[in-house]
Amino acid sequence: MSSENHKDHAALAAKFNKDEARVDWHDQTLWFVRAKRDKAAAAVPDWELLRDTASRIKENVLSNLSEYLRQFEEAATRNGIMVHWAADAKEHNDIVLGILRKHKVDRMVKSKSMLTEECHLNEYLKENGVEVIDTDLGERVVQLADEPPSHIVLPCIHWKKEEIGQLFHEHLGTPEGNADPRFLTHAARLHLREKFLTRRAALTGVNFAVAETGEFVVCTNEGNADMGAHLADVHIACMGIEKLIPQRRHLGVFLRLLTRSATGQPITTYSSHFKRPRPGQEMHIVLVDNGRSTHLGRKDFRNSLKCIRCAACFNTCPVYRRSGGHSYHTAVAGPIGSILSPNLDRKKYSDLPFASTLCGSCSNVCPVKIDIHEQLYKWRQVIVQEGNAAAAKTAAMKTMTWVLSNPGVYHASGKAGRWFMLNVPFTVKNKWNAWYLQRELPEPPKQSFGQWYKKNRKV
Amino acid sequence: MRVGLFIPCYVDQFYPQVGIATLELLEKLGCTVVYPPDQTCCGQPMANSGFEHLTGECTNLFVKNFNEFDYIVSPSGSCVLHIKEHSHETAGIHNKIYELVEFLTDILNIDHLDASFPYRVGLHQSCHGQRGLHLAQMSELMAPPFSKPAQLLNMVKKIQLIDLDRKDECCGFGGTFCVAEEAVSVKMGKDRVADHAKHGAEIITGSDMSCLMHLEGILRRQKSPVTVKHIAEILNSNIES
Repeated sequence: MSSENHKDHAALAAKFNKDEARVDWHDQTLWFVRAKRDKAAAAVPDWELLRDTASRIKENVLSNLSEYLRQFEEAATRNGIMVHWAADAKEHNDIVLGILRKHKVDRMVKSKSMLTEECHLNEYLKENGVEVIDTDLGERVVQLADEPPSHIVLPCIHWKKEEIGQLFHEHLGTPEGNADPRFLTHAARLHLREKFLTRRAALTGVNFAVAETGEFVVCTNEGNADMGAHLADVHIACMGIEKLIPQRRHLGVFLRLLTRSATGQPITTYSSHFKRPRPGQEMHIVLVDNGRSTHLGRKDFRNSLKCIRCAACFNTCPVYRRSGGHSYHTAVAGPIGSILSPNLDRKKYSDLPFASTLCGSCSNVCPVKIDIHEQLYKWRQVIVQEGNAAAAKTAAMKTMTWVLSNPGVYHASGKAGRWFMLNVPFTVKNKWNAWYLQRELPEPPKQSFGQWYKKNRKV
Repeated sequence: MRVGLFIPCYVDQFYPQVGIATLELLEKLGCTVVYPPDQTCCGQPMANSGFEHLTGECTNLFVKNFNEFDYIVSPSGSCVLHIKEHSHETAGIHNKIYELVEFLTDILNIDHLDASFPYRVGLHQSCHGQRGLHLAQMSELMAPPFSKPAQLLNMVKKIQLIDLDRKDECCGFGGTFCVAEEAVSVKMGKDRVADHAKHGAEIITGSDMSCLMHLEGILRRQKSPVTVKHIAEILNSNIES
């Protein structure tokens, strides 16, 4: 894939940080969600055991994926669902368009599906004359604003209610200046109801697909997936191939973890099982690879496919909270996005594994125990080894290594701090030094510890 | 007990007082401490930037310098974690290297200290020490709380430890992250500093000088009266009033 429009997390994050009050608001809003998650998790006895169990089930799925996929296809087909296989985003988009064309549908409702964001389905359908209305409230907000979601669970978390009031005033004709959340939600409800009633096709995502039974589960708080699917003649569900779980009873593990991790709720308001089309309805499921089987073959990175898209790692990430989802310039932002995206395009997303302090909080909140921060570290090594690091950085690192590998050279400066002052980026006092822009430099002491030791202890 | 003292490069160059406090403290507690003069760096700055493949010589040098000791102790959780995870297992280094705090609590098993420090102190839990070396329970996990640095600080007379709103949020240093992602790094640091200041800290302490160097840079730019001190300096203090 090409890397045109190269975007960089650090630059986009710096832009986001121009408005410090907004950064504070964004940080506190998401920290509130993290705190709710802590409270919900603490209320479950054996939370850590539950995480461990979920992780093991998903490990089992990844180790036997082809078997489970075949089992699922067979069971779903038996249930009357039409199963499609898509090797990549383009095939996925073509399959969806094909189904719509077959039914002569040019208007569709869609509930939340990060997979379709990953495949840029909306843009593709629009180019082909199909109108898509996102029915998740947050997604509808960003759709009206012509933006991608900034968070996979809370798509418009970067929008303030006053701004949404203005957006609705412009697009839905609500009174100017009305920013009452209840009022705005009601306005959206009326607006969306008309769409639900008039669209003949509905697309949903999939949270869990059960290999044993051929059914799939869709979790929403707004019931919008149900409303769309139940009213439509054609229901298309799109899922990444890693969304499988072996048996229905395993839902007891995942449904308890998902929403507690995501928003601190005990469970989503709607956890709907779809098993067979109702009489007269057509139900399709599109199983999408789009790089997943390649990813599965990478020993160090495969377990990121355990992800259940709860976004707990977003909410806890001190960098995400202070840089905003759009700074990641990818469909799935945050720490998990930073380890998934390089699989899709290593050059375009070469900045993302570096958009972290490796603090490790993400790995600790992850309900399926993905070693996110360790994978960030490992991606850095891969990116540099493949030649995607800047030449200046490589040269600096080589010099630094040479000095630090040779005690004679290290000590040769003779005077404390001299080498550091010349070679370590944060020790030069000028406006090109990123350290010094908003921080003072450490004051160099008269002597190094090594020099002090020589004088004060018998060597 | 022969202890090899590992003083990270930037501590050697910028914060000799932290090395001195660590040395004096270990000596007070009865250890025979030796500082191998040819030591330089653990290799972490390169490795975390994606250049782990260049750090072989740094690691070899480290092994050469420290192989002979019963224990290796360092006042930096981050550097210790790096050595633990990246030194060749054959050298056995990873089994005998300790961050200072855990060496005091887990190997020396100290239960009292002759130290006094009459200030209000905020404890910054550095991530690599906490989440990597498990110096303290992590707020994300549903597990019983503990804190090895707090355990030691509570042995210091007259100290007042303050609480924080976010007890283990990262400060934003992150190695080369501090310059590569300057805006976010600084914002994270400012927010940490504000949390400590809000709760009346006079001193911010921790077991990683790199985090404290970053926070100090922000405090001094803000002309804040709050200062930083490495935990070794506090544990080695005898200030009555």
